[in-house]
Amino acid sequence: MVSRNKIVESIKNEVEIEKYVINLSSKHQRAIETKDLTISYNGKKNALNKTNLAFETNKITSLIGASGSGKSTFLRSLNLIHGENTLIGGQILYHGVNINDPSIDKFEVRRRIGMVFQRPNPFAKSIYNNITFALTQRAKYTKNQLDEIVESSLKQAALWDQVKDELNKSALSLSGGQQQRLVIARALALKPDILLLDEPASALDPKSTMQVEETMVNLKKDYTIIVVTHNMQQAARVSDYTAFFHMGNVIEYDLTRKIFTRPKVKLTSDYVAGNFG
Amino acid sequence: MFNSKQINKLAISFIYAIAIIVALILLFLVSNILINGIPEISWKFIASPSKTFEAGGGISVQLFNTIYLLILSMIISIPIALGAAIYLNEYAPKNDFISVLKTAIEVLSSLPSIVVGLFGFMFFVLKFNFGFSILSGSIALTFFNLPLLTRSIENSLAAIPNLQREAGAALGISRFETVIHVILPAALPSIITGIVLASGRVLGEAAALIFTAGQSSPNLDWLNLNPFSPHSPINPMRPAETLAVHIWKINSEATIPDATKISAGSSAVLLILVFIFNFLARYLGNKIYKKMTAGK
Ligand SMILES: Nc1ncnc2c1ncn2[C@@H]1O[C@H](COP(=O)(O)OP(=O)(O)OP(=O)(O)O)[C@@H](O)[C@H]1O
Ligand SMILES: [Mg+2]
Repeated sequence: MVSRNKIVESIKNEVEIEKYVINLSSKHQRAIETKDLTISYNGKKNALNKTNLAFETNKITSLIGASGSGKSTFLRSLNLIHGENTLIGGQILYHGVNINDPSIDKFEVRRRIGMVFQRPNPFAKSIYNNITFALTQRAKYTKNQLDEIVESSLKQAALWDQVKDELNKSALSLSGGQQQRLVIARALALKPDILLLDEPASALDPKSTMQVEETMVNLKKDYTIIVVTHNMQQAARVSDYTAFFHMGNVIEYDLTRKIFTRPKVKLTSDYVAGNFG
Repeated sequence: MFNSKQINKLAISFIYAIAIIVALILLFLVSNILINGIPEISWKFIASPSKTFEAGGGISVQLFNTIYLLILSMIISIPIALGAAIYLNEYAPKNDFISVLKTAIEVLSSLPSIVVGLFGFMFFVLKFNFGFSILSGSIALTFFNLPLLTRSIENSLAAIPNLQREAGAALGISRFETVIHVILPAALPSIITGIVLASGRVLGEAAALIFTAGQSSPNLDWLNLNPFSPHSPINPMRPAETLAVHIWKINSEATIPDATKISAGSSAVLLILVFIFNFLARYLGNKIYKKMTAGK
């Protein structure tokens, strides 16, 4: 009885939810793509239902939606950083390989797909060592090589000019915005091709927020960026594509300007207009 | 009757008063021990062996034994406590077995030291045939020490925010590497505090040692560094009376006429030893911490 009820309910859900999700045409290069990605915690109700999203290379994609809609759940699955209580079904295609597979080296994936969290989390180490630590854990580098990597990643994150004379200072002595850019530089030092950012500016003041946004836009030419944000203006300002999440479903995925000017689904226009969430 | 401002003032003065009383008691205790003890301390007192029946004995052997036992028991207990704490805080699943284990550790930490001493006596001294020895004593001290040390290191690790672990994971660094290179260095000052507290307990411990390290020491030949010779100071299988045990013994047996003076001197030496150890541990810990974390 119980199981039959469940099936009926889920069929009903799929029928009732109105969705509009674009698929990239073949002339757009795909950095990463999910196929029927379904995620649940502790075997409870799905936090994410059958999600099919393809992200274009060297573009910024925003993930928006109300609290608890599954944005972080989705983002964290992309570099396999989810906890052990997380069950993931479906595929995550990265360079044509399904990385949602036990045989994949998840440490290697995380080095190629960098992640930055809401609260800046530099290590309790010097600015310099924050950047070199993960590198030197894996391979040998000469001092010159390390110096170069530190300089270039700090420059990419637009932090070099502010810290170049005090690289041996503790990273914890930086301001929140500087810490967040250091964390971005630290991820870039590993030469990833995708950068995942989970509300990277929500703990920052407006000025630091602008700096982080500028950094993101500058990074676009070399990286594919997927960013979760609650800030509609931010999504509209920086991103090329936007995906709207609602209760574990992607309701609408389209070019950002379309989402913010003429969304196809009513739920999206309500959310974007600030009518709920 | 009173408004909240007045109540607040009253409460604050009350808390201040209590703090001052505690500080005064401590000051009285420490100054009393030092004032009575320091006049008895001389180079001869520190550097000559004790006497059994006449006055004028020193404490050289006991002092050496105390430091030796402290170091040996720390060498045994710190790695075990560190490993256990890392497992419990970083790896252990949250299930009933682990929570029973944690409760057991808590219970063990309040075990009376005389019980630890008797257990060590029956197990290591008799059953394993280690005899009254530095080895038996340091194992007993390890038993005495482990639960609290494990608990305090575990708490130090737990105080490091999860953000740091997440940062390690996001960079493709394994949990173990993150713990060793990020979490442990960040937790070091607090771990050192735990070790200093544990050492203080060890330095002052008598009950657990009476039946394990024994109440006597052989005549030591300071130049004999053969660890198997019964007269070598570093032989771990010889009996070793510590300062705390010495103080207890000369006062309960009263075979030497100047027992009061010697215990006053020994107490002061013990106290100074605790200070020195505390200072050294913090100094070294701070240096390592600064080096690994760029200060702050
Ligand atoms: N580690 C976890 N264990 C169990 N449930 C979780 C866990 N993380 C998230 N959830 C649940 O999954 C659902 C989706 O959460 P998620 O964090 O992905 O939302 P979000 O869209 O990122 O929200 P926010 O905007 O508040 O960050 C929520 O119902 C949440 O309670
Ligand atoms: Mg989130």
